[in-house]
Amino acid sequence: MPKIKSLEELKKLREEAIKSMKVRESTGTKITVGMGTCGIAAGAREVMHAILDELEIRNIEANVITVGCIGLCAEEPLVTIERGGQPGITYGKINVGKVPKLLEEHLVKGNIIDEWVISRG
Amino acid sequence: MREISLHILDAVQNSIEADANKIYIKIREDYNQDKLIIKIEDNGKGMTPEFLKDVLDPFKTTRKTRHVGLGLPLFSAAAKNCSGDFKIDSKKGEGTKITATFQHSHIDRAPLGDMVGTILAILCSDKELDLYYNHQVNNKKFEFNTQEIKKILGNISLVNINVIKWLESYLKNNFKELYKNGGVLIAKN
Repeated sequence: MPKIKSLEELKKLREEAIKSMKVRESTGTKITVGMGTCGIAAGAREVMHAILDELEIRNIEANVITVGCIGLCAEEPLVTIERGGQPGITYGKINVGKVPKLLEEHLVKGNIIDEWVISRG
Repeated sequence: MREISLHILDAVQNSIEADANKIYIKIREDYNQDKLIIKIEDNGKGMTPEFLKDVLDPFKTTRKTRHVGLGLPLFSAAAKNCSGDFKIDSKKGEGTKITATFQHSHIDRAPLGDMVGTILAILCSDKELDLYYNHQVNNKKFEFNTQEIKKILGNISLVNINVIKWLESYLKNNFKELYKNGGVLIAKN
């Protein structure tokens, strides 16, 4: 049986990834999504997925990382954005619908959405 | 939780918190025996027999961020509500193994749901780990492990956005294949 989306394709992808690596190192954007029980129950997995989709659509280079509970369970899903060594901004109660605006404002325009922020630095 | 895959993600987060760097997920769906069996095994720090005894009590938790741990009690309740069973074996210093069994056709059984999303969320963990995934539907099987992927990627990170998007479509296609014809392998002429 031919294997769809074979691992061979991944080898090709590797070459492309190496080319873009230098660019990414200099911009260094990291997006962290809380993935404790609290986050998962509040929809954090779907939010993470929406972030991945949005990054791809807008062709934004960033690493998406999941972490455990940080203790702000009532504000889940939590998303922290860190850019190029600057202190992170943590947004609370992010849902799939808010993701496009969040990335548009914070990553594309460079504006922090104050009313969604729950913690800085 | 709305999906069993969310319970799985939650249980794996426990493994990660327990410093596991090898995580095994085994899923067996057997329509004839009407069973869905989920096994999650890790090489984390494990639990003492005393802690294990009370592990399904929501007020016994290793969390430092709050005093109630609901993950495993919810998983256990989900299985037991579906004529199923929930077992945890653990040895201090060796690891933990969870087995959840569900009646596959039970009216209250949540769908397995978005396993691709769960796998991606695990792979994006901030901790370095390897995932071994083995999913069987009747007599069809899909296996996947990050060791193999990392070998191909070399010095490229697994959480590179291009790699993650590729993995997403790789997993989606393989799951589609797994469930085709009700998980029954049709012999080719």
